[in-house]
Formats: sequence, structure tokens, C-alpha cells
Amino acid sequence: MTTTPAIQIRSLSKDYRIGTEKVRALRGIDLTIQRNEFVAIMGASGSGKSTLMNVLGCLDRPTAGEYLLAGKPTHRMGSGRLSRVRNEEIGFVFQSFELLPKMTALGNVMLPLLYSPKYWWGARGMAKKSLARVSLSDRLTHRPNQLSGGQRQRVAIARALVTNPSILLADEPTGNLDSKTSNDMMALFKQLHSEGQTIIIVTHEEDIAGNANRIVRLRDGKILSDFPTDQDPTHQAYIRAAATAAVQLAEATVTVGAAGGAA
Amino acid sequence: MMFVMLLFQTVLTAMTQIWANKVRALLTTLGIVIGVTAVVATVAAVQGLETSILSEFETFGTKKVYIDGRTPRKLRGRIPRWKVELKMHEVHAVVKNATTLARFTPLIFMGFDVEFEDQKVTGVQVMGIWPAWHDIEARSVLSGRPFNSVDEEQQLSVCLVNDKAIEILGLNKEPAGTAIRLGGRRFNIVGVVETKTVGPMFGGGATQAEVFIPASVALNLQPTRKWVNFLLAELKTPDMAEEAKAEVGSILRRIRQLEPGEEDTFDVAVLQSFIDQFKKVSRIITFGSVGVVAISLLVGGIGIMNIMLVSVSERTREIGLRKALGARPEVILVQFLIEAVTLCMFGGFIGLALGWSIIQVAKAAAPDMLKFAAIPLWAAVLAVGAAAITGIIAGMFPAIKAARLNPIDALRHE
Repeated sequence: MTTTPAIQIRSLSKDYRIGTEKVRALRGIDLTIQRNEFVAIMGASGSGKSTLMNVLGCLDRPTAGEYLLAGKPTHRMGSGRLSRVRNEEIGFVFQSFELLPKMTALGNVMLPLLYSPKYWWGARGMAKKSLARVSLSDRLTHRPNQLSGGQRQRVAIARALVTNPSILLADEPTGNLDSKTSNDMMALFKQLHSEGQTIIIVTHEEDIAGNANRIVRLRDGKILSDFPTDQDPTHQAYIRAAATAAVQLAEATVTVGAAGGAA
Repeated sequence: MMFVMLLFQTVLTAMTQIWANKVRALLTTLGIVIGVTAVVATVAAVQGLETSILSEFETFGTKKVYIDGRTPRKLRGRIPRWKVELKMHEVHAVVKNATTLARFTPLIFMGFDVEFEDQKVTGVQVMGIWPAWHDIEARSVLSGRPFNSVDEEQQLSVCLVNDKAIEILGLNKEPAGTAIRLGGRRFNIVGVVETKTVGPMFGGGATQAEVFIPASVALNLQPTRKWVNFLLAELKTPDMAEEAKAEVGSILRRIRQLEPGEEDTFDVAVLQSFIDQFKKVSRIITFGSVGVVAISLLVGGIGIMNIMLVSVSERTREIGLRKALGARPEVILVQFLIEAVTLCMFGGFIGLALGWSIIQVAKAAAPDMLKFAAIPLWAAVLAVGAAAITGIIAGMFPAIKAARLNPIDALRHE
């Protein structure tokens, strides 16, 4: 079992019809993600990364091709079984958190457990444990509007993790957070990864993607590149540019500071 | 355990939704509130009225039969009133031939000036009766003796009075043996008749001074008058109401030589048949109010459907999220159905409370008529149950709509 990849995708394609126009969002994707990988999926808007995200999350079914999640052929499943796969195998983290405002943190985390009878015994305990994993044990009874943005995203992550899913799927998880909180969040993702969690994040930010171990780039519904992060030429170029910029900024600051001091 | 929790949570969610939109929820359920209020108040009032009227009939005597002359509509104004009035020979014919009736007494209403010593009271109600009157009206004497057949046959100048008459004439408390003058003629008081209070329906309430004399004496006091106001009789058994009407009718028609097709020139009123009719009417009103409820529930149901559609579109993202987290379409369906049902039952309970309040106010306003008014359990259960069913029917379409939402589009919804 442990040798089964978390995700196996073979010649997957997805077509949409917008009005009379046919949009080929995904055009033959082959992708295998092993267990305990931390993958960033990148691409400009229109590259098909959102569509791929939806298919990976079993919210959408491919037009053609195969998608095996933890060895299970989801492309052959009906909507009822897909609901169950979403419930048990996939943990979603959304860009805008999607917490229910009238429920406490604990209630929000328990939500996925309500939808599967096998979790009904001990649901509270599971939810508490999951909140402990994201260091929110002291915020169980807080409502989303009593929490900071970072705390809300932690609640969302705790909710995603509560059923022990095969994959954690995060769509622009830092899109609504400031840069410091974003860094905290990525530290949390790294920690979860070190604990054995398979994580896939979709992002358009290079420095966020840099936290992953592998970067898959999409363009026009196809995979453009697929490298480990330290071998990804685009990312390495970005790091060098960022470093250069940082050095230039530092020099400029020193110059301005010296000029100010002379005057 | 968790199933109960899911249910509980769904109901709680529904309640929170209602609470968060109090005014909207109230306006939405207005139709249901009005419907339930209407049915509950109507049923309670009708049932209360029925109970109090029936109990009043009961005290009045349900076996009583009143027979009197009545001018048919067609002949009104063409023949003098006295021609149709009941004559003594007709009274005797009925007494002799009616097998469905037991006791009899004519009622002869008169008004006289009554004198006692130097006291004179004008226009006192004097009534000519037979001895059986005591039994039919259930009015015995408090002191002295009641009338007997000798008084009637010998046409003795004796009379009975009630306590009010004692009061206004200034008689002593035990007036038997005292003489008073009625229309200039001397009468000996032989007893005091108890005053029976009848409900306001029968003109009771304030008691009047009453003087009773034997019927034969009463007719002698006015030699030109040969008729009685009523012949009062009693049914042998309460179920003989219709039989008695038919029998008395045929006796009087024969005497009055009415041709077939000619209208009756008399009326036979049996209280029991009024009661039967009243019960029929109250049943019709009850059914009618159920009809009102059906209509207002229909209107209310449309309101509920409308607001549930609004709720579904307002909460599209929530639905999308729940689906993404693994809620099956049926679960979403049930959630919205429960919300609709909760909303309707909320309206139902408000209606129940409102109906109850209306009944309390009405009871305070008309304590005589409505003292027995109360919401019957079946009406409460029916009203709230009908509201719940409305919720299911009205909520079905919005719930199906919610269950069918595509989670991707739902999550993208603004």
C-alpha cells in the first residue's frame, strides 16, 4: 500500500463549453505525485491550474483520462462516491478560508466529520486534536470574526486535516494573508510535510512555491516543466534576482543613510 | 449519536438563520401565522360557544316544546294575528292526542296593575299556567304550596309570586295567605316560586317581578281573549324531537283544516332540534376554518418557498463548501428541508400563541359566551402539523436546487 502513489494522472483532459465556445482547459496531463511529497503547482491565469486543482480535489470530473487518488480510480466514480472521497481522502484549504461565520472554530473543524458516519464517534476529540496540530487549542470556542487572518487559515487547515486525508490541497493559501503571516503559514505547511503529510499547493507566487520540494508549471493546459525546486531553472533565476535586488536595496539604503548623515 | 447531532446541528443552523433574520422570518411566515391563528382561534371560540350554549340549553331544559300560532309569510298582514293564535280547544286536542309529549301547560302572558294595601305597581307580568308548569320549568315553591288541579278546575282566585314581586310590593317574607289585587280582583297568595336565572340568550339575567295565576282564571280575567301565547310541553324522551314536531303538526293541521300544500299557521319549536342544528352549524364553521387555513397555508407556503430560494442563493458559498467537504446532495437537501420546516413550525407556534392570546382577550371581553373557549389539542396538533407539511412541500424545490448546486460554481459565487 505504501508504494501506491498519492496521485496518478494519465493523459487527463478537461473541456468546458462557455456559450458556444469550447475551452480546452487541460490538454493531456500526466502527473504522478508520491506520498509525502510537497508540490507547488504554478501557472499564469488561464494556464489550467484551477481546473487541475478542481479535478485533483474531485470537485470536477475529467473529460478524458485517468485519475487515481491513493490508487482509487476517481474518474469512474459517481457523485455520491466522489462526495465520500472528498470527505475522507482530500483536505481542502481555500484562499478565502471559507469558514462558517456562525460556528466556533471547533464547530468548523468538526464539519467534515458530520458527513461520514464512521467519524461520528469521537468527532470532538478528533477536531480538538486537529486544532492542536495547528497550535489553536486555546481558540476552540472562538468564532471566525474573533480570530486573525492567520488564525482563520489555521482553523481551515485544521478542518482540512481532521479526517486524515491522503492529500492536503491548498489553493493560494496565502493569498489573503500579509507577508509575515504567509511565512508562518508556510512554516506550518513545512512542519505538516515533515510529519508525513502529502501537500499540494496552487500558487502564482515564486517565494511561496519555493517552500515546496517540487514545482509543476502549467501553460495552456499542459505541463510546461516539472522539477524539484532546487533544480527548477525559473525558480533559481527568481532567487538570484531576488538576492540581487536585496543587495541593491541594502546598498541604496546605506548610500541614502550616509548622505543623510553627511547633510 | 452523531446522527442526532447532525440533526440537532441542522435544526440549530436553521434556528440561527431565523434568529439572524428575525423580521424577515416573521414576515415570511406571516401567512402561516395568520392561518394557524385563524383556525386555532375560530375552533376554540366555536367549541367554547358550543359548550356554553349547550350547557345553557341544558339548564333551560332541552326537552321543552313550544307550540304557538304563527302567520305564514304569504298571509302576513292579510289576516289578524288572533286568528292564528292557539285556542284552548286546540290546546286540549293536543293534550289529548299527542303521544310523544308528556306534561303540558298553556302560557298566557298578561300585564296588570298589582295592588297590595296602599301600594300599587303598574304593568306587572302576570302569567296563566297549569300545575304541570312547576315540573316542566323545574320551578318549585320555596314556601307555601304549588298550584294543583283544584285551583285550575275550580278557577280559584289564587296566585304565586316570586321574590322580586315580594320586594317591589313590600310583602313580608312569608306572604302565603296575604291577599293582593290584580286588575281590581282579589287574589290569595298561596306560595312563593323560586326564581330561575337563565342565560342572557333566553332573555334572562335581570329578574323581573312575576305573578302566576291558574290558566282558567287568566282567561276569565279577559273574557274577549280565547287564546294562549304558548302551549309548553315536554318530550317523553329527548330523541323524539322530530316525531313530536310531526305529530303536533298533524293534530293542529287537522283541527285547522289546512289543505295539503297550505302552510302551517302554527309553529312547533323543539329545543333539541335547535341543538342539533346548532351542532351542525358549529361543525360547518369548524370545517370552514380548516378551509381558511388551507388557503393561508398555500399563500404562506409560497412565501416560504420564496425565502428559501433567497436563502439558497445567499448561502451558495456555504453550500459549495459543505459539498467540497463531502456533504452528499441528500444531506444538503435534508438540511434545507429542515430549515423550511423549522421556519414553518416557528410560524405555527407563533400562530398558536397568537390564537391563544386572542381567545384570552375574547374570554375577558365576553365571559358569558366564551368562558369554555379553549384550544383543543387536535386543533393545535393539526395546525402545527399542517404548517410542517407546508414547510416540506414549499421547501422541496429550493432544497433540490441547493442539492444540485455545482460545488465549483458555488464556491466561486460572490
